[in-house]
Amino acid sequence: MSDKSAKDYLPGAQVPDARGYFGAYGGRFIPEALVAAVEQVAEEYEKAKADPAFTAELDALLKDYTGRPSPLTDVHRFSAEAGGARVLLKREDLNHTGSHKINNVLGQALLTRRMGKTRIIAETGAGQHGVATATACALFGFDCTIYMGEVDTQRQALNVARMRMLGAEVVSVKSGSRTLKDAINEAFRDWVANVDSTHYLFGTVAGPHPFPMMVRDFHRVIGVEARQQVLDRTGRLPDAVVACVGGGSNAMGIFHEFIPDAGVRLIGCEAAGEGADTPKHAATLTKGDPGVLHGSRTYVLQDEDGQTIESHSISAGLDYPGVGPEHAWLKDTGRAEYRPVTDDAAMQALRLLSRTEGIIPAIESAHALAGALELGRELGPEATILVSLSGRGDKDMHTAAEYFGLYDDPAGGSAHDAAHGGK
Amino acid sequence: MANKPNEASKLSGILAAAKAENRAALIGYLPGGFPTVDGGIRAINALIEGGCDVVEVGLPHSDPVLDGAVIQTADDIALRGGVRIKDVLRTVQEVATAHPEAAVLVMTYWNPVDRYGTARFAADLAAAGGAGCILPDLPVEESEEWRKAADEHGLDTVFVVAPSSKDPRLAEVTAAGSGFVYAAAVMGVTGTRNQVGSLAEDLVARTRATTDLPVCVGLGVSTAEQAAEVAGFADGVIVGSAFVKRILEAGDDEAAALDAVRALAGDLAAGVRRR
Ligand SMILES: Cc1ncc(COP(=O)(O)O)c(C=O)c1O
Repeated sequence: MSDKSAKDYLPGAQVPDARGYFGAYGGRFIPEALVAAVEQVAEEYEKAKADPAFTAELDALLKDYTGRPSPLTDVHRFSAEAGGARVLLKREDLNHTGSHKINNVLGQALLTRRMGKTRIIAETGAGQHGVATATACALFGFDCTIYMGEVDTQRQALNVARMRMLGAEVVSVKSGSRTLKDAINEAFRDWVANVDSTHYLFGTVAGPHPFPMMVRDFHRVIGVEARQQVLDRTGRLPDAVVACVGGGSNAMGIFHEFIPDAGVRLIGCEAAGEGADTPKHAATLTKGDPGVLHGSRTYVLQDEDGQTIESHSISAGLDYPGVGPEHAWLKDTGRAEYRPVTDDAAMQALRLLSRTEGIIPAIESAHALAGALELGRELGPEATILVSLSGRGDKDMHTAAEYFGLYDDPAGGSAHDAAHGGK
Repeated sequence: MANKPNEASKLSGILAAAKAENRAALIGYLPGGFPTVDGGIRAINALIEGGCDVVEVGLPHSDPVLDGAVIQTADDIALRGGVRIKDVLRTVQEVATAHPEAAVLVMTYWNPVDRYGTARFAADLAAAGGAGCILPDLPVEESEEWRKAADEHGLDTVFVVAPSSKDPRLAEVTAAGSGFVYAAAVMGVTGTRNQVGSLAEDLVARTRATTDLPVCVGLGVSTAEQAAEVAGFADGVIVGSAFVKRILEAGDDEAAALDAVRALAGDLAAGVRRR
């Protein structure tokens, strides 16, 4: 088991540069009104990660509250469907609140307290970041407002109830595509108006510097643990590390420790919706172009006038037309590869893992599982594939039930057979 | 004070002339393409006819993060109508041609300019007769390439300062800008407000301590009374959402919309002379 703690892995990363650039990507494209607040976050984070009291408190929370380290699970029956390659799941779904999002949230919540702020706002897509944020606000006694696109409040209704149970105000955002992008817009509008009292607890490795770096650092624990766990379990490094990419935080978290391991392929799975060659997808790195969205230069789904194109995915957490700048850099340098995974491939993988291993993954994470199935068939039985199982699927049962026909139909019959046949 | 106002620019000349008349300048904003491209051109012309010295043509954006509900609605209408960057540039050209006495600026989020090409946008804006640009999500640190292109084409770059800007930061921002400094009256997004508040006057004083550039105040100003109040301590008064609201309220009646914005510009123009 890894004996590294936050004091080791937080300062360990070399990029970005002082202005927040990973190669040509990143930076800080923000209104003047937010400059002082964003600089305060950057300065406080630098101080915090050098402060043994901060790292010790974070370590204790990750262990005793979140339940870290998260386990590594061999999935033999699932592996048989992946060309016989050995698939190992890093179980972020077993963290408190049910996803990787809590790692970053606890770090930023401690930072919020250090900055003397009393109110936290956040965006959420799948609701997992919102739930984790509402959880930390309950724990620390902060006021909490979560912005969520109206489409997502409907498809992730369970998480809306969880956030409200935890005492957060959930604002349903009705502008634009009414999904994650618009929730972020609305959170920025709130932040500009309330910046004195409020920290914007950004939920992924996007946004203005220092968020891409800081959120990555708080999630590096995933890869730091997993690398050691795989070595202990198998005696060698994996051939590939696979993770889903929305904004890209679970992927950066698990990739980062492996970047120097040149022999380990890093593969990000983007949501291809109805297909990357249809208009309905969220495959930003595969189909987008460099531009500026939500405070940093990165790949963006945009038209020739620089207007953002609406994304589409069955997964609320991946339904985003931007992506973290470090992924843009990893793509251009060739260190990581990014593959599109369709709604249907993800849903089939979700059902397969449920039925072969008794683990119901989040639809987001199911994109990584679908990527692993494809990769395993390419690499064959000698290969070892580490997959980030970023979250659990409870929140997605309504979507899955509709997709596979799992509800009893109102006429009185059972949907049981349809569930076996599938779609 | 590191910088001198750019004496040569049209924008500086207009602001200096207002100052010589012992009044604040009136600066009006409307998005291009709202409610249609040609309707928008007529509306912006009406702003100038009513009494605006300077106009800002907004480039509608899919993600107007710094705008409140009113301008979001207008941007939506313009984008659904299919407005393109070239239409906004045509708007600048038609307004600048019809009203050579006014300065026409573009106000835009950065990504459309980035995508169009920084040098190309500066060249095309200058060719259309534009006087400069306000880029509210392009902070000074990221602005070097733009400023080079703008300088090459004789365009002013107006930077925004905010109540949260600390004094050393104000000096950096004002040193990089030209034309005027846009002082945000409040912390928040665009939209009409009942009060201008006390932050604006303090910000103007702190900004003045760093620059000779005129300092104009915007965000939330919507009435002649507020304009007069702001004119008491600033070199210019910037009004946007209040004009947009008049057009939204007029619905399909274009004549009523034009009358309403012309009348509001007239009231505000009287306000800035009442200081
Ligand atoms: C379980 C899970 N995985 C992945 C994501 C996507 O985010 P990111 O790409 O930042 O990891 C989300 C976002 O909501 C999520 O809930």
